[in-house]
Amino acid sequence: MVKEIERAGLPVVHICTVVPISLTVGANRIVPAVAIPHPLGNPALSPEDEKALRRKLVEKALRALQTEVEDQTVFED
Amino acid sequence: MGKYRVVHYINQFFAGIGGEEKADYRPEVREEVVGPGMALNAGFKGEAEIVATIICGDSYFNENIEEAKAEILEMVKKYNPDLFIAGPAFNAGRYGVACGTITDAVQKELGIPALTAMYEENPGVDMFKKSIYIVATKNSAAGMRDAVSKMVPLALKLARGEEIGSPEEENYIARGIRKNFFTDKRGSERAVEMLIKKLKGEEFVTEYPMPDFDRVKPNPAVKDITKATIALVTSGGIVPKGNPDHIESSSASKYGKYDIEGFNNLTSEDHQTAHGGYDPVYANEDPDRVLPVDVLREMEREGKIGKLHRYYYATVGNGTAVKSAKAFAEKIGKELKEAGVDAVILTST
Repeated sequence: MVKEIERAGLPVVHICTVVPISLTVGANRIVPAVAIPHPLGNPALSPEDEKALRRKLVEKALRALQTEVEDQTVFED
Repeated sequence: MGKYRVVHYINQFFAGIGGEEKADYRPEVREEVVGPGMALNAGFKGEAEIVATIICGDSYFNENIEEAKAEILEMVKKYNPDLFIAGPAFNAGRYGVACGTITDAVQKELGIPALTAMYEENPGVDMFKKSIYIVATKNSAAGMRDAVSKMVPLALKLARGEEIGSPEEENYIARGIRKNFFTDKRGSERAVEMLIKKLKGEEFVTEYPMPDFDRVKPNPAVKDITKATIALVTSGGIVPKGNPDHIESSSASKYGKYDIEGFNNLTSEDHQTAHGGYDPVYANEDPDRVLPVDVLREMEREGKIGKLHRYYYATVGNGTAVKSAKAFAEKIGKELKEAGVDAVILTST
């Protein structure tokens, strides 16, 4: 899906837990997520901390969208 | 001569431990034949024997690839097997990635012949088909008998150290290896025959398939994110409560387009997941954990992004055919582009 949306002419950032799969399907901008059943959350945290964690991931994703890339790139930090 | 010793790897589901709620199950070894191992063991007809079964939850493996790999390699090493078998994984994505990763590691790091089996669209295939033998199976466990009947002969050949024939002969997925062999017809003759068949519109088989590198170049970055419209798309199955479009929990045949105007936050009152391939408890409790509407709304208010697009798109990426996913995304991409969206955040579980 990432690849077809990118083909339509839109930059896409893929937030996902299993980075090797994202690389295989051809995502160009990849942000590693927390866990498979809760990629943008962590039920072990308090609601405030969990939201802060989610915000950090979304901010990272937005940074990825603002970064020029030539090739598949995993945004670790 | 004694029987060949086999170690078999399966996931929590095939071990009968549980479904998605047990997918975080840590690696465990049992000195017995479990689940699909029964059929494999029977197929060996006494020539080989499963001496141990390693069981690991699919989510645990995929979320901790390096640790899981190391733990499982230690377990395999202890039994000093002549052969290692993982799966079959059919079209289960995380299971396929686990089977491919561990089969590759056993072969490379322990030097033990190894094989796995899965459906051709499983992401584990593209990741590992070059380095390991992957028997081609059907897309669901209904194909177990067929899978076992193809795995057994290849497994025994590998254990005996016999030469392995072509992918067509041995039922594994082509590894992209070229092998020289003698044929009684020379190249020019074969080429002309192929050309004639092609001209007649008859079926022909190429001797050298072109590799398929379908990559899309990255689009330019967003220049000014504070003016950009950002759209959300997910394969994690987040839908309005009640799943109005009846998106299937696996092998989805459709996607949904949903209006989130007025939503500052997704809650268990109004949204849920339709996905059947992961434990739904966390996503149902707070769908923002998969589709971060709350945070993007907040950033929209703060002026950090221009706008959160009014509609989000969702499907279930669980054994969904690549062809379907491609078709959904072609339409979604086109609509988003026409709606003036600047960039997309796609989340996957």
